[in-house]
Amino acid sequence: MLGKTGNGLFWMYRYLERAENNARLIETGQRIALTRSGAPTDEWTPVMQTTGTAASYSEKYDEVTKDTAIDWMLRDSDNPSSVRSSVEAARQNARMVRTALTAEVWGAMNGCYIDVKGALTRKVNERDLPGVLGLVRQRTALVRGATHGTMLRNDAYDFARIGTFLERADNTARILDTKYYVLLPTSAAVGSQLDNVQWETILRSVSGAAGFRMAYGQKVRPLEIVKYLILDKRMPRSLNFCCSKIRDNLGFLASDYGTKLDAHEMADNLCRRFMSHGVESIFDYGLHEYIQDVVAALNELGGQIERDYRFFE
Amino acid sequence: MSGSKFFDEMWAQEDAARRPYASFHDWITGEDPARLRAKQREAEEVFRLTGITFNVYGRKEAEERLIPFDIVPRIISGREWQKLSRGIEQRVIAINAFLHDIYHRQEILKAGRVPREMIANNEAFLPQMMGVTPPGGIYTHIVGIDLVRTGEDEFFVLEDNARTPSGVSYMLENRETMLRMFPELFAKEKVRNVSNYPLRLQKSLAECAPYGTSGEPTVALLTPGIFNSAYFEHSFLANNMGVELVEGHDLRVVDGRVCMRTTQGYKPIDVLYRRVDDDFLDPLNFRPDSTLGVPGIFDVYRAGGVTLANAPGTGIADDKAIYSYMPDIVEFYTGEKAILQNVPTWRCSDPDALKYVLDNLEELVVKEVHGSGGYGMLVGPAASKKEVAEFRKKLQAKPSNYIAQPTLALSTVPIFTKQGLAPRHVDLRPFVLMSPQGIRITPGGLTRVAMKKGSLVVNSSQGGGTKDTWVLDD
Repeated sequence: MLGKTGNGLFWMYRYLERAENNARLIETGQRIALTRSGAPTDEWTPVMQTTGTAASYSEKYDEVTKDTAIDWMLRDSDNPSSVRSSVEAARQNARMVRTALTAEVWGAMNGCYIDVKGALTRKVNERDLPGVLGLVRQRTALVRGATHGTMLRNDAYDFARIGTFLERADNTARILDTKYYVLLPTSAAVGSQLDNVQWETILRSVSGAAGFRMAYGQKVRPLEIVKYLILDKRMPRSLNFCCSKIRDNLGFLASDYGTKLDAHEMADNLCRRFMSHGVESIFDYGLHEYIQDVVAALNELGGQIERDYRFFE
Repeated sequence: MSGSKFFDEMWAQEDAARRPYASFHDWITGEDPARLRAKQREAEEVFRLTGITFNVYGRKEAEERLIPFDIVPRIISGREWQKLSRGIEQRVIAINAFLHDIYHRQEILKAGRVPREMIANNEAFLPQMMGVTPPGGIYTHIVGIDLVRTGEDEFFVLEDNARTPSGVSYMLENRETMLRMFPELFAKEKVRNVSNYPLRLQKSLAECAPYGTSGEPTVALLTPGIFNSAYFEHSFLANNMGVELVEGHDLRVVDGRVCMRTTQGYKPIDVLYRRVDDDFLDPLNFRPDSTLGVPGIFDVYRAGGVTLANAPGTGIADDKAIYSYMPDIVEFYTGEKAILQNVPTWRCSDPDALKYVLDNLEELVVKEVHGSGGYGMLVGPAASKKEVAEFRKKLQAKPSNYIAQPTLALSTVPIFTKQGLAPRHVDLRPFVLMSPQGIRITPGGLTRVAMKKGSLVVNSSQGGGTKDTWVLDD
């Protein structure tokens, strides 16, 4: 396989995952805004911080309003991570690596692009928002489904999966990091229950509210949320889940190609260093610091994969 | 419909559809137009979803456009095809022999059959190819011969495409689409298969591998990239041949071989099907500003380390001025009269011809010698007075840049419109593969159709559409 193809697959699936995650973040923001009672607060700045685009937003707009924030995250082409930009970038990469995709995956990706682009041509009004966000999730899920159901389990699939899980891990880490302060045990609230709105924001952002209740019951404690989103291997968006998937797919590449490279050792180290401790030691270390370290390690791993598999000259 | 001054391939006879169309005609006249319209929309949807698009240069919004597809096939009888393919084979053999001669002993120039200045002053002539013999002696691995029809037995070659003919993916996708939409038609008609083209292409290219290639040759397809107008076709062919689709920056010369950067390091390539023009192929040997090519690839080529398909310098054979010598060229190298006729052509470099052309501009089609895609041409009868006047100035400024031909009465084939079947002008591009093991002509080709009533311009960049092309097994 060409190095360029590895790169294209990796980014196609990263952008696809990003489109889906951002749609989910908008959905959560909207939901919180609608169900909040009392004085209006700014729900949107933290959401934009999570997508890493709050700074570029404030370069373009002077104030944060619901409409402009949603439009920015949904369809602004000045925002390289907006849902529209992400879907376009995913499809652009798919075109580049079309020879490595099955006809079904390509068809699903191109259909996703056509439909999402169509739905986002004009500003989306509030009434249509749930439908549009649902469409994004559905069409991206279709690509993932076609990938799962039709692609050979070879190097192409491995690069696609590594891209998916690096992006997902990054997303989960960002969500945790924007909200880490609400999860910190203060002297008054150690072991106490979180207020509804806060934990819902977090769990909904990863489509994990129902799963959490199933695994941990009705009482929502910060410790358990952190455990759920970082360490729980049953949760498909937890850091531990994502990291072990990355390690697994790197492992398949190693046995497929018959060589272990630096990225493999790095992935092993990452899992050992960050995923093998209890949740208490994460708090002892400092939740914010821990997340920062994980994000840095994931970035470093991504760079190493690029070099090891010659994505570029 | 008959009585028109154009030969209609379905309705040329007064009383009934022409034979190749007879059975199809029965079928379509019995169909509900509403169902056919739905099928037409369905076809467009398939094309859109598959991404069978071409890029239009210089327009951001319309970056990717669909080429209109018409559901009425263009049907050619087995007998007609047999004659055409003999003519095509003869022509392709002559073109290849001409190229070898021009880049070696130049016998045809010594014999005075083609004037020396036609070569020496020609931009498409590549002096770097002098004395270079490509692997297997093949220059034109893939050729597209553009044919037009004007009557029952009158076919003309309009153009030879010996550089990088495109459009074969439409031939294949049009057939796929028809099979999907109207399976019942194929159950009753014996239509010859075209779908094995990619495998035959792969095989034909592999047969042209450099001397001394061990094992199964590695073939790759070189594309200028995703912004090229034919990118869809490049990825389609690479995919269906099962070969890598590479760009210049994926390649590098390593130890005298052309190698591609894979996830496991650099791997050598034996045969490169390149869809990049000569000029851009190698910044060290040709245009230094090219970012699409591979530095040093031409040196590897000259040393016999890689096959380039088509060979560099083949443009000299499909140049529109050389075209006018094709009947002589065919006779010179095959010893036979050309089976396929040329369209009479005036070379505007010749003062007498230029005078005639200027006097008759309103009647003629004038083309740039190196033009393609329907850009920069004048269709006299369809042009406004102003357009003719402007073209006249261009022609007078640089006569040698132009040739002129009579406006041919191109045959028509019906297309399916809202008002029912209506005749539109068509041409035909069959695709030919050449290797030391022989010549393979796919029974079919790309039929391009001018979608506008009365229009003679079939190029997709000018709003032309396509049809599935059937060669019957009769």
